[in-house]
Amino acid sequence: MNLLLKIAFRNMLRNLRRSLMTGSAVAAGAVALLLFGGFAAYIFAGLETNNVQRIGHLTVFRAGYFLLGAGNPAAYGIDRYRDVIELIERDPVVGPMINVITPTQSLVGIAGNFSGSVEASKTFLGTGLIPSNRERMRQWDEFRASAGYVPDRRMSDEDASRGEIGVGLARVLGLCGPLGLRGCPALPAARPPAGSAAGAASRELTDLAARDLAAEAQGSDPTPQIDLLAATAGGAPNVVQLVVGGAEPQGVKELDDNFVAMPLALAQQLVYGRSEHKATGIVLQLHRSEDLRAARARLTTLFKQKHLDLEVRDFGELSPFYGQVKNMFSAIFLFIALVMGVIVLFAVVNTMTMNVMERTNEVGTIRALGVRRAGIRSQFTAEGVLIGAIGATVGAVLALAIAALVNQAGLTWTPPGNATAVPLRLDVAGRAALVGGAWLGLAIVTTLAALLPANRAARLPVVDALRHV
Amino acid sequence: MARAAVLVAAATGADRAAVVRLRQVAKTYRSGTLEVPALRGISLEIPSYRFSVVVGASGSGKTTLLNLIGCIDSPSSGAVEVCGEEIATLSDDALSDFRARNIGFIFQTFSLVPVLSAYENIEYPLLLVGMPQAERRRRTLAMLEAVGLGGQAHQRPNELSGGQRQRVAIARALVKEPQVVLADEPTANLDSTTGASIIELMRRVQVQSRTTFIFATHDPQLMSHADETFTIRDGELVEHRKGDAR
Repeated sequence: MNLLLKIAFRNMLRNLRRSLMTGSAVAAGAVALLLFGGFAAYIFAGLETNNVQRIGHLTVFRAGYFLLGAGNPAAYGIDRYRDVIELIERDPVVGPMINVITPTQSLVGIAGNFSGSVEASKTFLGTGLIPSNRERMRQWDEFRASAGYVPDRRMSDEDASRGEIGVGLARVLGLCGPLGLRGCPALPAARPPAGSAAGAASRELTDLAARDLAAEAQGSDPTPQIDLLAATAGGAPNVVQLVVGGAEPQGVKELDDNFVAMPLALAQQLVYGRSEHKATGIVLQLHRSEDLRAARARLTTLFKQKHLDLEVRDFGELSPFYGQVKNMFSAIFLFIALVMGVIVLFAVVNTMTMNVMERTNEVGTIRALGVRRAGIRSQFTAEGVLIGAIGATVGAVLALAIAALVNQAGLTWTPPGNATAVPLRLDVAGRAALVGGAWLGLAIVTTLAALLPANRAARLPVVDALRHV
Repeated sequence: MARAAVLVAAATGADRAAVVRLRQVAKTYRSGTLEVPALRGISLEIPSYRFSVVVGASGSGKTTLLNLIGCIDSPSSGAVEVCGEEIATLSDDALSDFRARNIGFIFQTFSLVPVLSAYENIEYPLLLVGMPQAERRRRTLAMLEAVGLGGQAHQRPNELSGGQRQRVAIARALVKEPQVVLADEPTANLDSTTGASIIELMRRVQVQSRTTFIFATHDPQLMSHADETFTIRDGELVEHRKGDAR
């Protein structure tokens, strides 16, 4: 073995330029794989962090909600949800895994701004939540992929009437000015049909309401308010007022145009009125993502044991975009790996074929001395593997250095589905599976590539090899 | 062919038992549809511990005969027995092991492994037979001294002269103490003075190690040292002559 490696190493040095070229191809392959792999790993971590901060790792729903509840969330409320939360928190398996557990209420309805100067309404998708719990969830950053926690004081547990909306909804409801949103156009003035008596009457009423509201507003809080109309669980219409504490871009336009976040109590008041307040979901944010599967399995067992008609969904199911992006990046990574693999394969095959041709006489000599065919095969394979291993190692070191430089450069980018820019990072360091996998993959490719010419050398008849000039 | 079949070297006494036996050995090379006979039914016996020479014109079949004896080629017909082993019965791996244990080669072009030093080239055959390191070292250093290259142990082949390279090749062939050493034109690439010293060296170590040397050569100097001379013409053994060198 020692002699094998000694000869392989010396032969590699003997054809230094050729070995350098081949090793460079392997190193380039390693750099490309690791940098893209590091970028993809960062994307995955960023997406996961974003999702886990928003919707937690797991959400408990009443059975059937996930598939059928979107049209009528109120009908799928979890009865005695506080008891369910307590049951989960006290469970010796899941309890210690939980970072945050919080109820949520989803609802749909119509949001309207009838402040006098504007009359606009729009359907909305609302979420009722506990603001302090949301803030705790926003601080989760297991993979250090977050842009950094900035406290959001637009909602608080103390003020049950204050919420926030999507920038798109703010625009549609004519709240750009009152909320001081940049790049957000004001609504065009409504034009009633010319000569219409009804139109004239409407204008007069609007003006009157505006004067009354302006009078009311003097000396009071200038924060805009909107009316939220929704059907209660019993089917009756209900209205609440929401103080709009601010607007937050939502990344996806459809959501941005419909998003309303409000305190849980307000959402429950709107949906359940004076009847029992329920929650459509119980969100669990775990300390570590790796506990997700175990926590889910335990919850499913727990609910079955307690005969609770509940189901558990993870963030990947609730946010299919996460899985789609992950699949896309995985496919691109695989494509790059294939291209790099083919390049490396041809480079090594070419180099080793030339080595075999040049050393055919040497093959004949050592075969005559008593080296078996397998020995010749091992000799040339070892040379290919050595070039591959050194090239892959150099490539890994280069990739780590480049990744460190990029990470220090302070570059930012806006990932798909995100509303704000985040730091651009290449997560190569610390990704042992990625680095080890790329290294091993290239080593395997170079081994396979070296095997082809090595086999040819091993099969050479000794006499023919000795005659070779 | 019939005449060649009856030409058998004399072997008398236990120490003169035949180390090589060829019976009706023929070798034909094929190139497409063309068949070129290299050996035509040769039978011969080469006794142990002798300095035997195969002579003949270029293309007469000397090298083919040596290749068959060296177990690096197989006959088209007939039987080859070396060191008591019927070669045709051995697998490729078994043949390799057989060569590693029993046969040493000295090539016209020296054929040293270029990335190994003189010491490492000589040590190489001992590694193939799995000899312990201490014994390898002892034998390698002794052989280096025997061929007069004690000071060149760590030089690579490209740092040695032609004569020095052939000395390394001789040491490599002899270090494992094989029963047979085959040398194909070992002095052809050397000047006459160096050739003479190489012949002298081979003769000396052959006597010391009691190894059977078989040469294919044109070199009259080498022929003059032969104990046995086999003359081949057009693939047939036409003459066997015992020399008086010893």
